[in-house]
Amino acid sequence: MITTKTILQPEVLEAVVVRFVGDSGDGMQLTGTQFTDTSAMFGNDIATFPNYPSEIRAPQGSLYGVSGFQVHIGSVEISTPGDNVDLLVAMNPAALKTNLYAVKPGHTIIVDTDSFTKKNLDKAEYKTNPLEDGSLENYRVIQVDMTTMTKEALKDVEGLDNKSITRSKNMFSLGMVYWMYDRSLEHTFDFFNKKFKGKPHLVEANTKVLNAGYYFAETLELIPNAYTISPAKMVPGTYRIIGGNTATAWGLLAASEKSGLELFLGSYPITPATDILHELVKHKHFGVKAFQAEDEIAGVTSAIGAAFAGDLAITTTSGPGLALKGEAIGLAMMVELPLVIINVQRGGPSTGLPTKTEQSDLLQAMYGRNGESPVIVIAASTPANCFNFAYEAARLALEHMTPVILLTDGYIANGSAPWKIKSIADMPEIKNHKVTKITENWSPYDRDEKTLARNWPVPGTPGMEHRVGGLEKDRVTGNISYEPKNHEEMTHIRAEKVRLVANNIPELQTEFAESGDLLVIGWGGTYGSLHSAVKQISDEGYKKIGFAHFNYINPMPKNTEEILSKYKKIIVCELNAGQFVSILKTRFPKFEFSQHNKIQGLPFSNDELIQQFKLLV
Amino acid sequence: METTTAEKKYTFKDFTSDQEVRWCPGCDDYVVLRSMQKALPEMGVKKEDVVFISGIGCSSRFPYYMSTYGMHTIHGRAPGIASGVKLANPNLSVWIMTGDGDSMAIGGNHFIHLLRRNIDLNMVMFNNEIYGLTKGQFSPTSLIGQKTKSSPYGNTQPPFSPGELALGANARFFARIGGNNPKDMTQIFIDAHKFKGTSLIEVLQNCVIFNDGCFDEVTDKEVKEDMQIFLEHGKPMIFGKNKDKGLVLNKLKLEVVTIGENGVTQEDILVHNAKEEDKTLHQMLVRLAYPLATGIIRSFTDFTLEEREDALTAQVKANSKFKKTDDLFFSGETYEVK
Repeated sequence: MITTKTILQPEVLEAVVVRFVGDSGDGMQLTGTQFTDTSAMFGNDIATFPNYPSEIRAPQGSLYGVSGFQVHIGSVEISTPGDNVDLLVAMNPAALKTNLYAVKPGHTIIVDTDSFTKKNLDKAEYKTNPLEDGSLENYRVIQVDMTTMTKEALKDVEGLDNKSITRSKNMFSLGMVYWMYDRSLEHTFDFFNKKFKGKPHLVEANTKVLNAGYYFAETLELIPNAYTISPAKMVPGTYRIIGGNTATAWGLLAASEKSGLELFLGSYPITPATDILHELVKHKHFGVKAFQAEDEIAGVTSAIGAAFAGDLAITTTSGPGLALKGEAIGLAMMVELPLVIINVQRGGPSTGLPTKTEQSDLLQAMYGRNGESPVIVIAASTPANCFNFAYEAARLALEHMTPVILLTDGYIANGSAPWKIKSIADMPEIKNHKVTKITENWSPYDRDEKTLARNWPVPGTPGMEHRVGGLEKDRVTGNISYEPKNHEEMTHIRAEKVRLVANNIPELQTEFAESGDLLVIGWGGTYGSLHSAVKQISDEGYKKIGFAHFNYINPMPKNTEEILSKYKKIIVCELNAGQFVSILKTRFPKFEFSQHNKIQGLPFSNDELIQQFKLLV
Repeated sequence: METTTAEKKYTFKDFTSDQEVRWCPGCDDYVVLRSMQKALPEMGVKKEDVVFISGIGCSSRFPYYMSTYGMHTIHGRAPGIASGVKLANPNLSVWIMTGDGDSMAIGGNHFIHLLRRNIDLNMVMFNNEIYGLTKGQFSPTSLIGQKTKSSPYGNTQPPFSPGELALGANARFFARIGGNNPKDMTQIFIDAHKFKGTSLIEVLQNCVIFNDGCFDEVTDKEVKEDMQIFLEHGKPMIFGKNKDKGLVLNKLKLEVVTIGENGVTQEDILVHNAKEEDKTLHQMLVRLAYPLATGIIRSFTDFTLEEREDALTAQVKANSKFKKTDDLFFSGETYEVK
């Protein structure tokens, strides 16, 4: 049965954050995804973030086996998955215990009371039952015998075992949440029909349970349907919900098609980058050659070989893998071949926090190779724009004949958001430097005058046979040379080549105040958090705060200094101990930079940023 | 290897680069270089379709001395780079030039996985049982007790047998040849090129400076016929100056017998079958110390990685509704915002 303790009237909000949590086997990712897709189709703006346990099959009911999915939906622009939760759906005591901290006081928690058994309470290390001991008094707790009611709903469906019955209780919770937020069930019905094609009893079962949850919520007036969230104002067009890693993979597919080059991926499994490999291996129909190598080094070296042979060559990894690839990236830089290295950053150092986010590989990307070894470094800043920056990484590598490191991070890679689908026709052209026509005194190190990119004769081209290698080479012929002045000159040429990329990238944009008291600077995956915080302060009436977010780090946009000079104070916010700010200080010594850093494996919270910025304005 | 056939008839000069060769005078590396330059015109492959990839070490200078495409890469990593080249363009004839340190120490992991996958490329391993370019440290094939710059009192690390390691990693083609035998080496290179799959050729290469004479006991012209058995597929395993020694199986071991003694006739001698899948006998041959087995010990034709990949790709392509990325991006769960 159901009891509720109403403390506060629920607010009517422009946006809400819902978190579904349960055991790894409870299907919370699926529940969250369904709620996300349905809300997206309703027209809400959205950001999501999954939270899995690192154990693959953690013991049932344990604290470390809790899996969650958070979704932030709104009628206004949504740029993060949200900090605090308006509605928590907790399928067992462990899920409640590990997620209660995030629920805003006075807000709603739905629990499956059937799971609050002595055994599960013990596993969650509860000495007393939180549903009975008054510890949840500050929340609006909706207690539902979800398992019992799911069984009841399915008593007439034939061909179901006990496991299938209990596993569908997540659909009961989804049905309730659909009613609460006035959502249509149609999308999820379609989903059942596709997923359980040829298994009509499963379609029937899931449909019944979803309906049961929906009608249960409707029947009980105890659950007010208070959150009416209107569709958001979004640019018209065709959208889909996309995760950051998928967007990265698709950006590469688009670059391959646009450039007319076959895509080669050399990769080794590593959290949280592996989903890019998972996605690309699916697309053999586009001629994708995805090679799972024996280690990180073979991942990058096979890609270098493919680049030498004329493919669009990619390697994907995360922090420790980037360290292993360092020597090979130096080779690619030295032989001046186009190569895209994607580093989905995670908490470091060493093995660090594999499933948590951090921005602490920036200096490794910049300098993590022997010798003077500059490469292009860019960073994506939202799940959806991983598409653009993966494409951009390929474009810059091919147009400038150099390795490009693209930094994303666990937060945007695993998060998802609406993506206004880009057609290949809308993407910028991608040139490359392949040559087939032999000219007199031809050399593989002939360079484009504007970019200093060398030409790209590939094996199979008659008359252009040549050798490249990691040894220093003569600047004209490309032959091995240990001549002192030549080495210095080549070092400068390679650096200049990367500097000249500034002519081929957009200028830095500012948002909110174009000049004023405070400039907030960020880079990469913190865009959503920083944008929300600056917007809130700006909306509150502080009109002299501006925001500049960097996607291009090496080289930086040409107008960077000009932007910096327009504000009295500058604060650089990063999820590391201050890596980007150290680059800015070196490059622009005449400015003073304050910094805000967080190294907890977590994204910035809105509150901490606002507090920090208010100290400065 | 199925590469496009050359119409032009080449000579070894067509494969010689303008770079001055900088190996020590008397080094067996010169023999390998010349054998390769002689073998290439016989392969019927176009010059622009040949790629040499090397790691680091004396032998890895090899690509600079060829007039084909080539890359001198980083220590131990030539197999990865060569795999990428071949997978990107299967029409190329790809050669990895490596040494015992490059392939079995720093590159050991890549070495075994290369052999396991069976991509259609070739690896020539110059085994001189020493690090030459760094001036004389023991390598993974140096012998126990061997005195080197890094083992002044004698090496204590037991060596790999390259052939055993290779067969353990499921090498489909393994040949061994003395560094002073250009004639057979040339033919083995041609056979390796023709073989579909990864071919590994171990060259017993004398280092005149740091490990001079290390293979003299078996490769010296005076003794080689008695100390080596040169294996040829389909032919009896006979060796010796007088062609009177042969190999038979005695219980679970190979045994040397003399034809005409103790009632042994030529009929009793084993016939070499390099092409059989079962590698038991190939492993015994690889392990044999006397006589040392040379020639093509194993040459078993299996599916290559490219063949497996191509078959899958064709299947996926035939069944896929996605012809262009737009088909994918606009498929499935999309919605309109007006």
